[in-house]
Amino acid sequence: MSYIKPKFEHPRAPKNALGYSRKEYEGSLSTLCAGCGHDSISAAIVDACFELSIEPHRVAKLSGIGCSSKTPAYFLNNSHGFNSVHGRMPSVATGANLANRDLVYLGVSGDGDSASIGFGQFAHVIRRNLNMTYIVMNNGCYGLTKGQDSATADHGSVSKAGSVNNFEGIDMCAIAIELGATFVAQSFSGDKNQLIPLIKAALSHSGFSLINVVSPCVTFNNNPGSTKSYDYVREHNEALSSLDFVPVKEEITTEYDEISVKMVEMHDGTFIKLNKLHQGFDPQDKLSIINALQVARQKDEILTGLLYLDTESVELNDLIGTVNKPLNSLTEKELCPGSEVLEKINAGLR
Amino acid sequence: MKPTNIKDSEYFHKVVDCQYACPAHTPVPHYIRLIAAGKYTEAYMVNWESNVFPGVLGRTCDRPCEPACRRGRVEEEPVAICRLKRVAADFKDDISQYLPEIPKVKNGKKIAIIGAGPAGLTVARDLAPLGYEIHMYDDQTKGGGMMRSQIPSFRLPNSVLDQEVNVILDMDIVKHFNQYVTSLKDIINGGYDAVFVATGAPKGKDLPNLPGRWDAKENIHIGIQWLANVAFEHTNKIGKKVIVLGGGNTAMDCCRTSRRLGGEEVKVLVRSPFKEMKASPWEKEDAIHEDIPILENHVPKSFVSENGKLKGMFFEKVEAQYDDKGKRKLVPTGEPDVFIEADDVIIAIGQENRFEWIEKDLGVEFNEWEMPVVDETTFASTRAGVFFGGDAALGPKNVITAVAQGHQAAISIDKYCQGQDINDRPAPDVTLISTKMGIHEWSYDNGVSADLRFVVPQEDKKITLADRKKEVELGFDLTSAFKEAERCLNCDVQTVFMEDKCIECDACMDVCPTQCINFTFNEENEGDLRAKLLIPALNQEQDILVSDSLKTGKVMVKDEDVCLHCGLCAERCPTSAWDMQKFMYKTAKAGC
Repeated sequence: MSYIKPKFEHPRAPKNALGYSRKEYEGSLSTLCAGCGHDSISAAIVDACFELSIEPHRVAKLSGIGCSSKTPAYFLNNSHGFNSVHGRMPSVATGANLANRDLVYLGVSGDGDSASIGFGQFAHVIRRNLNMTYIVMNNGCYGLTKGQDSATADHGSVSKAGSVNNFEGIDMCAIAIELGATFVAQSFSGDKNQLIPLIKAALSHSGFSLINVVSPCVTFNNNPGSTKSYDYVREHNEALSSLDFVPVKEEITTEYDEISVKMVEMHDGTFIKLNKLHQGFDPQDKLSIINALQVARQKDEILTGLLYLDTESVELNDLIGTVNKPLNSLTEKELCPGSEVLEKINAGLR
Repeated sequence: MKPTNIKDSEYFHKVVDCQYACPAHTPVPHYIRLIAAGKYTEAYMVNWESNVFPGVLGRTCDRPCEPACRRGRVEEEPVAICRLKRVAADFKDDISQYLPEIPKVKNGKKIAIIGAGPAGLTVARDLAPLGYEIHMYDDQTKGGGMMRSQIPSFRLPNSVLDQEVNVILDMDIVKHFNQYVTSLKDIINGGYDAVFVATGAPKGKDLPNLPGRWDAKENIHIGIQWLANVAFEHTNKIGKKVIVLGGGNTAMDCCRTSRRLGGEEVKVLVRSPFKEMKASPWEKEDAIHEDIPILENHVPKSFVSENGKLKGMFFEKVEAQYDDKGKRKLVPTGEPDVFIEADDVIIAIGQENRFEWIEKDLGVEFNEWEMPVVDETTFASTRAGVFFGGDAALGPKNVITAVAQGHQAAISIDKYCQGQDINDRPAPDVTLISTKMGIHEWSYDNGVSADLRFVVPQEDKKITLADRKKEVELGFDLTSAFKEAERCLNCDVQTVFMEDKCIECDACMDVCPTQCINFTFNEENEGDLRAKLLIPALNQEQDILVSDSLKTGKVMVKDEDVCLHCGLCAERCPTSAWDMQKFMYKTAKAGC
């Protein structure tokens, strides 16, 4: 088995605005099972960061425990990383973000990490609208402990051993919308054309972005009867929209049909160009998406694409009025403003 | 685009760039792996079977394989294939047990081979084990042809040449050496079943009409004749100031030999620009290393002598101009002619064939350039039973080409003598076998070395310039040989894709270090498909591997151009839809 990736890249490998090629965004060779959906998501993260020309050292990648949470080793080797306690990635991300709001925060978690042991943390980080991208690599099973059903396994899904799941599965997207998430998307690891622009849009969103990615576990949950297998997801995938991410500088000159195409301006001036495949659904209308999710559930469909987006989102740092500079850049002058200021504060509290 | 037919062995043959480029199609990666494994004798025999003179070629080959090497497209320099071949020759054990047995009882057919150079020796080696009675004619005292007379000993020691030539001559070959054949008719009448003409291109070109050419002719030499005279020790000195005319490998050998026979100020003068010289780049480097300036764009104008003693030469300065079609014209710059002093001049501007010994009424036809009419596949002449090979067949090329032609001619001669159709060519021997040893284990070392090309060490210049027979290159030691061998990308271990197993998880596409694997919708024509790949497949010389339709309607398209054959696609494939399979391609030999 190979542990080291060859150093070479394609001599004509494209370069981004920073002059970096995709190689600069890659990680170590994956030790996950061959064919794991998580590896495709890692590759999509690499592509998204490369295409957005994000400086790798400006990214903090955080994770909990699980197969999914191993993946930060397999992308963005030149970025900051924090592999935290099981289900506690949101706390670490919150602390880091409050300490340095200038970095791009990318949390990676799984269905066990987010929907079971970390479900409480998941709820609160959404409520607080922490400015981060939160990717759930959702395979419906505990792959690292040999494939037991997880909390997101669908009711009626059949495990590899043949047992049927009798519990209701948690719908991560529906919960997130309910809890006030300001960017919610769902995708499939096997559909990079959709996933890469979604990650780019999520990274550009100011506030909490959730992307729930159905990611088949080839070893324990890719069997007939599973609702998270490559075949099942391909057959039941119902894309609400295909979308393009339009970088800020690119002028929108082409005319488009406003009924089927919607341009959404993001916080940082970039645009998402949504090619609507479903009429009567608007990603900025919460009611329409809650309805669409319920209808899809009845029809055994997996809705993918951008589900919900609140462009008026106010992220946590702005909500609680933290200092607008990273704490590590504050000097003694700002941290110890002197006894006069202390007097004033004390006076204000009297 | 239609799915690639990998059942056609030519597809994978082309992926092994080095082997494909080699005229003899030596299985290069195969023997390089043997060298890495320390199996030098086996590596030598793989070479011997294919190219007959591994020790000679490991020092002197024109190396068409190296410019073709994939490594050159991935990083700067190709694998040092040629010098690794020498490693196999240098470190081999006794090979006698591996040599074919020569039948004591012959098959009753008698073959005459005229010329004991690389082509003639190849035919002898291919036919002797089949029981043919081989008679070999040559005007030199020893076998080897131009390998002996034209390649200086400091590049190819006699001991190496003798060993490889003698292996063949010891196959019950009847030697008629020191005998210049003056009549093909006499040979044909000598009761031979077939005749193979491999007389090379023994006549060096001259400049007979250049003013002053004949005034001091004692000091004006013809390159290959002069080299032969040195090799056979008829000549052992030259003047202090030497001009060598010509820009090919013979010119490089002449100037370097001159430096060893007393030449102190040796200069090479070429008509063309430096970068367009015919000499191999490494031979030019070696000449420059021995303090020999190469003056480009100098056209010889006249010889100057005084009282029958050579003084030097005048040259006209030119520059190269190119028309729309890229055709070169050398145009005088108008600068005054340059005079260069010389005690001796060596003319090394090319060589020609010599066929005045072939009677015109034998039915062996010649074309308008006075070259024999030779079939390029069978190497048959227009007279049944007379075959040509080497430089005598299609004009001067190189040793490895002569060997390749010799193999083909031997097949023809064998078929002809057995009453078979010589145009019915035997197919190559091809195998394609999985290298899978376990889940992620392969029977080849699939790690990709990041080392840059290792330089072959040379003997101290003071020592080599003082002794004509002292070999300049020392050859790789075993440590650097191993490291250099590890640079080989194993292009013969093929990426074989089985679409019926693929679940389109994209793992191979994601992991491929050079992004050559794609899953995309097919296109009608190849150009459109090449253009839409992750990194467009612009190198048209390299094929793309296209699968049949997959479940989603997409196809897998792999650009062969910069594939590292690292096997990561196969390691990351959950269903073994990719497999790394070792491809072996052996060209047919006589009697197979």
